[in-house]
Amino acid sequence: MDVMKKVPVREQDPKVRATNFEEVCLGYNSEEAMEEASRCINCKNAQCMKGCPVAINIPGFIEQVKNGDFNKAYEIISESSALPAVCGRVCPQESQCEGKCIRGIKGEPISIGKLERFVADYASQNGVKPTGATEKKGQKVAVIGSGPAGLTCAGDLAKMGYDVTIFEALHQPGGVLVYGIPEFRLPKEKVVAKEIENVKSLGVKIETNVVVGKSITVDELLTDEGFDAVFIGSGAGLPKFMGIPGENANGVFSANEYLTRSNLMKAFDETSTTPIMRAKKVAVVGGGNVAMDAARTALRLGAEVHVVYRRSEEELPARVEEVHHAKEEGIIFNLLTNPVEILTDENGWVNGIKCIRMELGEPDESGRRSPIEVPGSEFEIEVDAVIMSLGTSPNPLISSTTKGLEINKRKCIVAEEEFGKTSKTGVYAGGDAVTGAATVILAMGAGKNAAKGIDEYLRGLR
Amino acid sequence: MYQILKAEELTTNIYLMVVKAPRVAKSCLPGQFVIVRTKEDSERIPLTICDYDRKNGTITIVFQIVGAGTQFMSELKAGDAFHDFVGPLGCPSEFCSEPLDELKRKSILFVAGGVGTAPVYPQVKWLKENGVLADVIVGAKTKDLLILEKEMEAEAGNLYITTDDGSYGRSGMVTKTIEDLVAEGKHYDVCVAIGPMIMMKFVCKLTKELNIPTVVSLNPIMVDGTGMCGACRVTVGDKVKFACVDGPEFDGHLVNFDEAMKRQTLYKTAEGRAFLAAKEGATHHGGCGNCN
Ligand SMILES: Cc1cc2nc3c(=O)[nH]c(=O)nc-3n(C[C@H](O)[C@H](O)[C@H](O)COP(=O)(O)OP(=O)(O)OC[C@H]3O[C@@H](n4cnc5c(N)ncnc54)[C@H](O)[C@@H]3O)c2cc1C
Ligand SMILES: Cc1cc2nc3c(=O)[nH]c(=O)nc-3n(C[C@H](O)[C@H](O)[C@H](O)COP(=O)(O)OP(=O)(O)OC[C@H]3O[C@@H](n4cnc5c(N)ncnc54)[C@H](O)[C@@H]3O)c2cc1C
Ligand code: SF4
Ligand code: SF4
Ligand code: FES
Repeated sequence: MDVMKKVPVREQDPKVRATNFEEVCLGYNSEEAMEEASRCINCKNAQCMKGCPVAINIPGFIEQVKNGDFNKAYEIISESSALPAVCGRVCPQESQCEGKCIRGIKGEPISIGKLERFVADYASQNGVKPTGATEKKGQKVAVIGSGPAGLTCAGDLAKMGYDVTIFEALHQPGGVLVYGIPEFRLPKEKVVAKEIENVKSLGVKIETNVVVGKSITVDELLTDEGFDAVFIGSGAGLPKFMGIPGENANGVFSANEYLTRSNLMKAFDETSTTPIMRAKKVAVVGGGNVAMDAARTALRLGAEVHVVYRRSEEELPARVEEVHHAKEEGIIFNLLTNPVEILTDENGWVNGIKCIRMELGEPDESGRRSPIEVPGSEFEIEVDAVIMSLGTSPNPLISSTTKGLEINKRKCIVAEEEFGKTSKTGVYAGGDAVTGAATVILAMGAGKNAAKGIDEYLRGLR
Repeated sequence: MYQILKAEELTTNIYLMVVKAPRVAKSCLPGQFVIVRTKEDSERIPLTICDYDRKNGTITIVFQIVGAGTQFMSELKAGDAFHDFVGPLGCPSEFCSEPLDELKRKSILFVAGGVGTAPVYPQVKWLKENGVLADVIVGAKTKDLLILEKEMEAEAGNLYITTDDGSYGRSGMVTKTIEDLVAEGKHYDVCVAIGPMIMMKFVCKLTKELNIPTVVSLNPIMVDGTGMCGACRVTVGDKVKFACVDGPEFDGHLVNFDEAMKRQTLYKTAEGRAFLAAKEGATHHGGCGNCN
């Protein structure tokens, strides 16, 4: 064994997986996990923990994996994270925990994410469950949204003994974990549904089909339904479009629509009644995780897929592993390219996309070099569908119907970072609704902090 | 689960159901809609709220069979339940927030086509409850396809019924009745037209010439109904709107109907068309713009 290198993880062959929706990465078995764990040098001042937004005791749990005590490892992870099977799969580890690992200086960092995933999967297969509260506090908290922020906040509050109800707009709980991130990256039954069951087993009630701001307002939850505090974890679901000609043509979709049809409504499954366009050649506009997911879904539904992104490979915001997987599967990257128009036939269906080449100029406020159009470099790609994946912003349904809830220019709810306190008494917020589209682990961290804030607030009322 | 208290076939392929949904009934207003799912793996189907009873916590829906989803729905009976029933979605009709004294000075004309009669009903009823009597034109292809006549009669100021084939009431399309009424000297400050896209398009063309501001209720393809997917986008004036959160009612003189009608055909396949022809029978007459 080369201690400088990660123990390789088994994956489905790219050619095979490009035609199915089964999980790409198969994960470690116990021997592989223990071997990988033995590469960790159990640093005193563990840098990896500083990279993890919820500060999991990484050397602690890895030590237990090394010893083969996976239950103990799960207990250690559970102290800080409510969704380890999810985070182990979807965290951008290269820029977080693994990005800081000492081993990474000379060789490859420890596969922290894969180990975390192994421990969580082991616990779920062996029926290890988090333990609930023994004593009830008698105060009620409403949690809006059942994404990672809402689930984490609800789980933590239930563990403290509060009576928690989650209100979810869709017919199924999970947020982006069920409607956005595809099956081949995050299995719904095996992983997401289990994590939600865990939260429910702590006593949390989940009421689906309630759109807060429409079915009921935040103020009504506090006054009419007797909730003592509210947590808003409603995410950032509103898709952006470019505003270029042809964007409303038949065959142009937001990534959210395309992914929701495939994931939440199961259109990828031939027996489902939900329709989805099975295009021959697709352009996916954008370069984030969402774009990669849309591209790889379209590929699996039988299309040749082009990712059209205006900057260069270095700036692609998607996780490195996803870009790597996408390339292996045969996704074509048209980098330094920006769409200017969507072309249509006489019946209003997409038949091409007109793009312009870009070059990189000076760095902008974000520190990334900003793309500039190369004059006269327009060219056309023949496609029959275009998927717009340009980012999302928070939906105004809640902010526009809640008296005294402050929002910022980007329509994000203003909340203090430490405990998620908003401008309205008794109302806390966190996750994408506050930060704009970010990551699962940051949303979870915000849910955790808000649970502490709400506990503090409710103590004061007792 | 959301219990069905009453299920009734109003006429061929058009059904009325009363459903227990206390949260929706508590907060809904005319102009808003719900999304329902029949079973655990069914599609999400948007339907306008046609009546509500706050005391009993019920919502009335009226729908027409147009595809597999609505076909399955029609097979439900009283005592069965919908798996999901979410709402109220969308914005209430604009008049709900207008000052009543201003509203009372207005002369309002409703134009309903086919199953669009159902969503017009709660609006006319709300206005009457608030002391405003509106004129209503109801158009149907033929006498047998007319729905909610008695109910509408009880709420409207004047009710004008017209059938395309002249088998009942006046004869001809709804646009002809509008022309006739205006020629008779009737004056309207605002028109609300709800029905098939193609009908709304032609009503708007006429009312623009007649200078009557017109509101239409659009029914594009939807998924979530909360502003998350953009499937429902429509062009209104020079802006792109999401019908589920910005609408479903818009200024009809600004709506790009041709684009909206094209977008409605998005998921239509040869298979789907065959299903429609077989199942829709008498109501499948090509007027609604859902098939071309
Ligand atoms: C396709 C895709 C891929 C991604 N890939 C990754 C990845 O690989 N790694 C990573 O770390 N992050 C990834 N992300 C980002 C990550 O999923 C989000 O940052 C995270 O889910 C945010 O969690 P949240 O709880 O704040 O919101 P969400 O997960 O968005 O959940 C919000 C929930 O609130 C509900 N809701 C909204 N409004 C209301 C209302 N008015 N009333 C009731 N309920 C409401 C919504 O229906 C939803 O269920 C991805 C996102 C997408 C879309
Ligand atoms: C806000 C809103 C309110 C509505 N209110 C009512 C109502 O009160 N009563 C009623 O009968 N119908 C109403 N509709 C239309 C109704 O939702 C559709 O008829 C239904 O979704 C068709 O489902 P299906 O599975 O039976 O047909 P599908 O098999 O999905 O489709 C059959 C045909 O209908 C078209 N179609 C699919 N979805 C829609 C849609 N959402 N709107 C229009 N056409 C569609 C398809 O392109 C296809 O041509 C409303 C739609 C909206 C958006
Ligand atoms: S939660 Fe994410 S960042 Fe933290 S240790 Fe796990 S994979 Fe790394
Ligand atoms: S930094 Fe790397 S080697 Fe050190 S404790 Fe963390 S995972 Fe182990
Ligand atoms: S239906 Fe999805 S945004 Fe309107």
